[in-house]
Amino acid sequence: MKILVCVTSVPDTITKITLTDNNTKLNKAGVQFITGPYDDYALSRAVELKEQLGGTVTVLNVGESDADPVIRKCLAIGADDAIRVNAEPTDAYFVAEQIAAIAKENSYDLILMGRESIDYNGGQVHGIVGEMLGLPSISPVMKLAVEGTTAKITREIEGGHEELEAGLPLVLGCQEPIAEWKIPNMRGIMSARTKPLKVVEATGKDTLTHITNYELPPARGACKMIPASEAETLIKLLRTEAKVI
Amino acid sequence: MSVLIFAELDEGALKKSSLEAIYYGSKVAALTGTSTTAIVLGEGNADELAKAGRFGATKVLHASDAQLNEGNAMAYASVVAEAANQEGADVIVLAKSSLADSMAARLAGKLKAGLAANVIELPDVSSGFRVKRSIFTGKAFAFTELTAEKKILAIKKNTITPEETEATATVEAFKPALNDTDFAVKVTNVEKATGDILLPEADLVVSAGRGLKGPENWGIVEDLAKALHAATACSKPVSDLDWRPHHEHVGQTGIKISPNLYIACGISGAIQHLAGVNSSKVIVVINKDPEAPFFKSADYGIVGDVFEVLPRLTKAVQEL
Repeated sequence: MKILVCVTSVPDTITKITLTDNNTKLNKAGVQFITGPYDDYALSRAVELKEQLGGTVTVLNVGESDADPVIRKCLAIGADDAIRVNAEPTDAYFVAEQIAAIAKENSYDLILMGRESIDYNGGQVHGIVGEMLGLPSISPVMKLAVEGTTAKITREIEGGHEELEAGLPLVLGCQEPIAEWKIPNMRGIMSARTKPLKVVEATGKDTLTHITNYELPPARGACKMIPASEAETLIKLLRTEAKVI
Repeated sequence: MSVLIFAELDEGALKKSSLEAIYYGSKVAALTGTSTTAIVLGEGNADELAKAGRFGATKVLHASDAQLNEGNAMAYASVVAEAANQEGADVIVLAKSSLADSMAARLAGKLKAGLAANVIELPDVSSGFRVKRSIFTGKAFAFTELTAEKKILAIKKNTITPEETEATATVEAFKPALNDTDFAVKVTNVEKATGDILLPEADLVVSAGRGLKGPENWGIVEDLAKALHAATACSKPVSDLDWRPHHEHVGQTGIKISPNLYIACGISGAIQHLAGVNSSKVIVVINKDPEAPFFKSADYGIVGDVFEVLPRLTKAVQEL
């Protein structure tokens, strides 16, 4: 079982977003970068499958050298080696092109990633990679089991889930509860330092979208407090003032 | 040239979010001086197709094939791509959903189209084609120029308020070439709550957290939701504890919603939870802890015991 796990390096979920350079850039000062939470689920399941079935887990990131700590952490969690495509991940099509190029050089049984990155929330890279490689893609995947060359998958749908079966290879966008997040142990952290991290240059430079500037949402007005003893007033206000019911 | 809208059927009816997408698409067509075509996949009745006309489509392509009754992202992407090529559509509009998101990702690859997800306004076409989209799960917005010839806009719920008219659309049968490889993924079982209001489609949502103390206490949440005709949702800990199914979990790693009204009961309001709900129009927080951070992000708040407050709210709704 050869598994490729594509990971993003993204601001921690507790980050308060601020802007700089006349609102044309996100302010990275003081921001802690983490592995995308959905990617973390994908990686954890990949490591579990390797432990169960044997094989290798390769981590792939499209990013600049500031993503290396995130990649090392993925190695500490249990990936065997890593590839970083040395380029700014400008848009989904560009990132998908890089992943597809790496995947064409190596034949992976599974290409896993998060359902979306938590910074731009596009949720499209798995689908574009699937198209580029002529492979099925499925997202969001909540459960994944592999039996021989068949994957059994549970995918979330609105109001429930569906169970799917498909032959490998596959491209999957993952989410909870596919696996428990793994926390690296000391042995993992030590061994991660010497695991191979190959840096390669990007192929192609097609981008189809381009961010011109950013904006922060306006603050909500003050919260109108209603005494619990007059709870019914809330319903009146929702009808007459907020006009939402 | 035209704007093509992917309109989704759910149990034979056009989804409410798709009607919003059709209306949005008709406004994009007006801005760009083109026409509005909706594509509907799977068997559906004439009344539902007529609805597309009343919300702004001038033409409906109907791929009425039993093979397309089940939402299949890959097959759907092939059909929508074929329709886009036939119509010469350079803008494709859809409402975000579990199916539409997967379909759009494949379609972007097929058409080499620039895809903007979570679009929240009409595009600015004064020079180029620029959209405003929500990023960081609603914590910021990015103005994004779509530079590719083909563009896909995945709109978030409540981006536009659709208006229904008496207009009619011409309905054309569409016979796409279906490819076996698009049916490589077999659906072996579907588990779906029936009759309930789908959470991403809901205008009103009643949500609860650990403050409810256990799954056996959800009756008071469901009662209020029922009285309001609202969907129910929950926080991540509640879904992790299996008190409620995962498809009800709203937050950073769960479903992101933007209803008209979000009522949070016994949820403290961690930043990861807020990320999933912060684009709701009106937020109500009910919590016994006056220091709960959620009050800072709410429009209305009640400091009180949910076990006492919720039944009183339900009664007040019933008496409206």
